[in-house]
Amino acid sequence: MSKSPQTSPATAPLAGATEGNPVKRFLAATEIDTRLLGMLGALALIWIGFHLYGAIVNGNGAFLTPRNLWNLSVQTSSIAIMATGMVLVIITRNIDLSVGSIIGVTGMMMGILQVDVLPQILGLGHWSIWIITCVVGIALGALIGAFHGWLIAFRGIPSFIVTLGGLMVWRGMAFIANGGKTISPVDSTFALLGGGPGGNVGAMGSWIVGLLACAGVVWLLVNGRKQRRKHDFPLRPMWAEVTLGAIGCGAIIGSVLLMNAYPLPKGILRQMGLPEDAFVSHGFAIPVLIMIAVGIGMTILMTRTRFGRYVFAIGGNPEAAALAGINTRWMTLKIFALMGALTGIAAVIASARLNSATNALGTLDELYVIAAAVIGGTSLAGGVGTIYGAILGALVMQSLQSGMVLIGFDAAIQRIVVGLVLVLAVYLDNLYNAKTK
Amino acid sequence: MTASKGTPLVEMRDISISFGGIKAVDHVSIDLYPGEVVGLLGHNGAGKSTLIKCLSGAYQKDAGEIYINGARAEINNPRDARHYNIETIYQTLALADNLDAASNLFLGRELVTAAGFVDDARMEAETRKIMARLNPNFRKFNVPVSALSGGQRQSVAIARAVYFNAKILIMDEPTAALGPQETQMVAELIQELKRQGLGIFLIEHDIHAVMDLCDRAVVMKNGQRVGTVNVGEVTDDDILGMIIMGKKPAAAY
Repeated sequence: MSKSPQTSPATAPLAGATEGNPVKRFLAATEIDTRLLGMLGALALIWIGFHLYGAIVNGNGAFLTPRNLWNLSVQTSSIAIMATGMVLVIITRNIDLSVGSIIGVTGMMMGILQVDVLPQILGLGHWSIWIITCVVGIALGALIGAFHGWLIAFRGIPSFIVTLGGLMVWRGMAFIANGGKTISPVDSTFALLGGGPGGNVGAMGSWIVGLLACAGVVWLLVNGRKQRRKHDFPLRPMWAEVTLGAIGCGAIIGSVLLMNAYPLPKGILRQMGLPEDAFVSHGFAIPVLIMIAVGIGMTILMTRTRFGRYVFAIGGNPEAAALAGINTRWMTLKIFALMGALTGIAAVIASARLNSATNALGTLDELYVIAAAVIGGTSLAGGVGTIYGAILGALVMQSLQSGMVLIGFDAAIQRIVVGLVLVLAVYLDNLYNAKTK
Repeated sequence: MTASKGTPLVEMRDISISFGGIKAVDHVSIDLYPGEVVGLLGHNGAGKSTLIKCLSGAYQKDAGEIYINGARAEINNPRDARHYNIETIYQTLALADNLDAASNLFLGRELVTAAGFVDDARMEAETRKIMARLNPNFRKFNVPVSALSGGQRQSVAIARAVYFNAKILIMDEPTAALGPQETQMVAELIQELKRQGLGIFLIEHDIHAVMDLCDRAVVMKNGQRVGTVNVGEVTDDDILGMIIMGKKPAAAY
């Protein structure tokens, strides 16, 4: 036996934490992902850019207002939820072009179920209608995804082809299901899931969510330090831990304050029987909370479970994964089923937000979802990607979209800009990867 | 000679496998005893890797039987092979380049916490322990293995095979990508594992390595077994003749 190469933890700082300029030292000590910083910087640039453009050219900077940012958070939810699933699909070197159409067909089936079918059986406005509808919609999405996954994994058809077929088939199905007619309005409880009137948790609810989240951040830091100490791994300096905690909790509290700064409009107050000059906060919208829950769940799945580990392994080297005893076919089927289930959740939010089910629901969403995942750092070569990156990517896409609407760009220009940004983002990512290697 | 008595650790009888009408392995039988190193030699395409992949579960044989410790074994996939304590170091190393050393070492057999989550800290600690033994210079525990040198990658692949108490070890050209010092390290490791009573199949091109490390050598040509020799009873040239011309020396059986 040779002697252990480990040095004692007390004297072993993190590599790089004591050398280089202050910025480098800070990044090494806190172990912050520089790519994440880059994305946040880009996002800040977009936000400030739109606000200034509006303020200078139109005389009205509407972007950095509580109202717009609240709307932005709601608009991002459905794309972001699907993007977290697309990360897994792309990491394993596949693609899913069918998610927009699956939204269409599951949204339409949920519309029929809650408007035409369930009220006949349970009576109009029954409390369980929205639950049954959601469960059926999500299950239907998972089933369609599993079917795609089966064709890809067990029948050897490339995912591009299977889901391109799915793109057309499911859009057609969405039309046939109700003869092309729109279903509206949906169940009133179901509609809350879209973040429309009443679909928010208010000031108190937001504070509870925010404080729970802060407690979570602190717990993660403390527990992480405990684990490192237990196994004699290098520790972050105490000031770095405190800084990370402060940044995390600060961001959470900041977003609570922001969401609470947007009051309910007069019309809603009147409906609630409150005086028109009362200040009642929106707080977090329900779809945003769903998105956060999905994001946390998917992050745990990808970083803390065997399933997530196998997703990365298959993406890095499918042959090695198979030789390690991983059933790569089953994994592919499960990944597509998960993508389908997440699409079902997105369909709930999208149709609830519209308060209707239309056969065009989700059209072109697949492109925004793929773009969000890729902007968020998911590599089309496979093996690399993060959930938080995809959510941030969705936020970038949606910021561009709604920012351009706010300053009055027309649809043609919007598409040109979004297209250019996608290509530019991937190019910058290549440069970043080449430099950090 | 340590071999030829008692129950063989592995016995592959009459194994055949073909791909699209071409017989890659044609009725080949080989065996392996505890504490023995058996070399597999032959040209590229002679069928040695294919034969051994039937044992590691990467391929499924068309015909023939495998016995482990005298009992009939069904090996249909890599998981089955691991169940019989068969570990393989593949020529390609079979590492997921985007994962770090610990994730690769435990791939498919992750350590989990009581709650069922992967225990990265414990896996890294275990990896540090075994690496301290196999390759004391190894330091890069938190980077993807794509950032490692050929020798470091090799030691990750070897650590994976050794960590899980293998009884039967398959090494497919383990030193092909290594420098002289690392090659020496692998040779010492093979000797140590042998002393611990493992059976090792060693696929090698380098005849000198075979003469040094192996007890017996099996030579294959065109999917068939030319013959088996006790390495101590033949010369380099005898083995070369078997590989190139398929000529069986008197000492072979």
